[in-house]
Amino acid sequence: MEVKQGVQVEHAAEHDAHDHEHHDTFWTKYVFSQDHKMISKQFLITAIIMAYMAMAMSMIFRLQLAWPGEAFPFLEKIIPNFAPDGILDPSAYLAFVTLHGTIMVFFVLTGGLSGTFSNLLIPLQVGARDMASGFLNMLSYWFFFASCTVMTISIYVEGGAASGGWTIYPPLSALPQAIPGSGMGMTLWLVSMALFIISALLGGINYVCTIINLRTKGMTLTRLPLTIWAFLITATLGILSFPVLLSAALLLIFDRSFGTSFYLSDIFIAGEPLAHSGGSPILFQHLFWFLGHPEVYIVLLPALGLASEVISVNARKPIFGYKAMVVSMLVIAFLSFIVWGHHMFITGMNPFLGSVFVFTTLLVAIPSAVKTFNYIATLWRANIQFTPQMLFGIGLVSFFISGGLTGIILGDSALDINLHDNYFVVAHFHIVMGASAIFGMFAGVYHWFPRMFGRMMNKKLGYAHFWLTVIAVYGVFFPMHFLGLAGVPRRYYANTAYKEFDALININELVTVMAMLGGIAQLIFLFNFVYSIFRGKASPQNPWKSNTLEWTAPVKHLHGNWPGRIPVIHRWPYDYSKPGAKDDYIPQTVPFTETPESNLPADEREAKFNEEIANARSDV
Amino acid sequence: MNFILILTIGLSVFVMWRLMNIVQLTSRLSGENEEEEQNRDNKVNGILLMAFMVIGLLLVVYMTVRYSEFMLPKAATEHGEETDLLLWWNFGVIGIVFFITQIALFYFGYKYRFNKSRRAFFYHENHKLEIWWTVIPTIVLAALIVTGLNSWNKMTQSDHDDGMKIQVYSYQFAFIARYAGPDNVLGKSSYLLISDTNPLGIDYDDPAAADDIMTRGNEMRLPVGIPIDMDCNSRDVIHSVYFPHLRTQMNAVPGMTTNFYFKPTITTAEMREIEQDENFDYVLLCNKVCGVAHYTMNMKLVIDEPDDFRTWLKEQKPVMDGVETAENSEEESEPDEQMAAM
Ligand code: HEM
Ligand SMILES: [Cu+2]
Ligand SMILES: [Cu+2]
Repeated sequence: MEVKQGVQVEHAAEHDAHDHEHHDTFWTKYVFSQDHKMISKQFLITAIIMAYMAMAMSMIFRLQLAWPGEAFPFLEKIIPNFAPDGILDPSAYLAFVTLHGTIMVFFVLTGGLSGTFSNLLIPLQVGARDMASGFLNMLSYWFFFASCTVMTISIYVEGGAASGGWTIYPPLSALPQAIPGSGMGMTLWLVSMALFIISALLGGINYVCTIINLRTKGMTLTRLPLTIWAFLITATLGILSFPVLLSAALLLIFDRSFGTSFYLSDIFIAGEPLAHSGGSPILFQHLFWFLGHPEVYIVLLPALGLASEVISVNARKPIFGYKAMVVSMLVIAFLSFIVWGHHMFITGMNPFLGSVFVFTTLLVAIPSAVKTFNYIATLWRANIQFTPQMLFGIGLVSFFISGGLTGIILGDSALDINLHDNYFVVAHFHIVMGASAIFGMFAGVYHWFPRMFGRMMNKKLGYAHFWLTVIAVYGVFFPMHFLGLAGVPRRYYANTAYKEFDALININELVTVMAMLGGIAQLIFLFNFVYSIFRGKASPQNPWKSNTLEWTAPVKHLHGNWPGRIPVIHRWPYDYSKPGAKDDYIPQTVPFTETPESNLPADEREAKFNEEIANARSDV
Repeated sequence: MNFILILTIGLSVFVMWRLMNIVQLTSRLSGENEEEEQNRDNKVNGILLMAFMVIGLLLVVYMTVRYSEFMLPKAATEHGEETDLLLWWNFGVIGIVFFITQIALFYFGYKYRFNKSRRAFFYHENHKLEIWWTVIPTIVLAALIVTGLNSWNKMTQSDHDDGMKIQVYSYQFAFIARYAGPDNVLGKSSYLLISDTNPLGIDYDDPAAADDIMTRGNEMRLPVGIPIDMDCNSRDVIHSVYFPHLRTQMNAVPGMTTNFYFKPTITTAEMREIEQDENFDYVLLCNKVCGVAHYTMNMKLVIDEPDDFRTWLKEQKPVMDGVETAENSEEESEPDEQMAAM
């Protein structure tokens, strides 16, 4: 019975596909599309636009930090409201820092990264016609789009955008008397974030449902590509933690607009005492970081998943320790919920509680170390094709190491006392979460561009992009460690407060020059991306000789992904360079019966299992 | 200006476009097939990876040496000396791991670049190896956790009874320090009592407040060798009381009192000699974004010999100074420097 139904459904999907192809209008195809491949492109392009905006902001405030008080006439031309006379205004500085952080973390590396690649790869790699709910998926994108729009508009409202940092700690974020950005700008920030959370939840629930329910025949959990494991765990983290951020934001909205006192107490500001009493600003921090720390893994895990796939394909070698990779991700995900206190060591938290957070925090280093060793072992005796995506994959591992190691220092409460909130932290999180995740995203774009647009990106420009970017990233963020160790606080408009900091201006200049280099490198990428969409070389069916299922779908996109039946899976995704095999890769759709020359003793069990599934199907 | 901007962008797009055409043309002209091209790319990028690693690691060493004069200025507290030592141990450990893993990563990249005549080694499991590289990091981390928590406990769980009580009070955008005086008890205060003449909102009816002394300029002092029991408070938003040289930081949160306990070990005069800079001064910085002028919020700190400190303290006015007179006659009350700073 079941079989028949399955077949019917597939036929239905086929008909559907035909129907749609004939009746699609511009609006249903490109705008209100419910097709996961189109939604994935929408996420990617929106995120790229936001990323360039956030990057431009960082370059502008970097100018101020390297040459404080110097006038740059072109600033007056491009942003007259924020840089009268060509000098960035202190309140604009804080607004830019806040929006830069918010956009990078949430819009680029959460919405952009998960939205693009979960959407593109989940149905294609698990063998589904589309997401569990195409409609919710479409809503997820449009909430994301609305959220980006509101955040962008907030720059131009009276008082400017939110300015208390991306962590929006109250009371600063609750009181417009405290900072102009806490007026309308903060309201829009909160609205935007609420929209974003809805988008993340709609997306996340869809991703989880699709992975659990819509896998094709033979796609058991142990045969899932690591990308899918990463998306599954990421989506779960988001579903569990984003609602907490929403509640934190809601309480803040109440405090701001309805006179409640969740976060406010004993405040005297602008010449008068406020009526709020009994709240605690620290409560907000607990709620915020309960999301905030899992958030860094929401950013990082998809990047690691993409890198696992890219590294394995281009190393022409199975990923080392597949099971260990999955277990490490699960352990990291679990631990990420019990470490949030490491952001709060110096808020007056009970020292014993602090010790507990030190313990759980440093535990995260163990699965992280395991993952690193697995990547390195994958390269050992590999046969590496240096495509641009492979270089970005290697770059990711390098950043993951560099940034992860300084996390060990910051996780140690005794050491954090002196480093908390200064440039050492800025260096740490940019390397481990900013650069790693961005490099994972680039690796993903170069690798799956042919799958998205049916064309190839230019490799030479890809190489130029990689080399300039990797130099720029280390050039920007490595020297920041020294600023931090010298005691320079973050979120300072200028380091004029203390004359001993004057000697550090050289480091600040170096950082800014490197940031400009990084910005130029991203122009190369932008050009390559846009040019290749229209003029790139046509993509062959399987350009990277990869095993996973997405490369069996036709290059030209169809609704429903595969024209006939969905292929059946016979093996895990990492049979690269298997001894005895004809080619150095065996796609997941190739049955063991067709590869007697390369089957290993352990494969017998798998083959038997496949047979059982096949029989089970015809039995019913 | 706009014109130049557009011109530059236009030019760079054009240049890239031409470059791409040239690259594509040349590869077609030389009749090179894709495979050969990829082989050359593999070689070039493999070598670049190696070069990047070698130059990069040399720069890491060079910059560390070059900038060591700025890093971690000498710690001027007891716990600071200890955490600095701990920090160097940690840097040692992570430095070793950093070098080993980065070298392996880039070297393997270079060494195992593609070669058509070779196959990668089909090798994806080794339980023994995996157990080892789980257990060894666990042991190393256990050591770091234990030593770290050891310092932390020592700092946070010592007996506070012998400390000299002070308060650092923060508001947008300045600090006030209050000394508890001979009774070593700070008088009660409330944000409801704050006024121009009473910036800390001190309850004048509390007898403990009578001998409290507060700073009225942008300078505070501490005695060397005497433990300080510091309370931090804020009246408006969260600030952070950060003494970089004392390796001391504690948030000041409205509605609650936070505390930090430390013992200065080096006077300003001694530090001037150590730093060989006769203008050197300690500083108290605000290290939590607290408003537009956050970056200007700071205070000079002077660490004195206890005797000099006491002399200085005697010259400062009690918190209640001028309160009674203010009630009687308006003219006598002095303009408050702090208020002017606001
Ligand atoms: C284009 C390259 C980038 C440069 C030059 C850059 C530079 C900076 C600098 C200098 C700050 C600190 C400003 C201050 O504290 O005064 C900062 C803050 C921040 N950046 Fe970036 N950044 C870049 C990319 C990224 C990326 C990719 C991420 C993604 C995680 C990111 C996330 C953040 C966050 C979360 C903050 C903290 C904002 C805050 O203090 O509230 N940045 N960035
Ligand atoms: Cu965290
Ligand atoms: Cu402050």
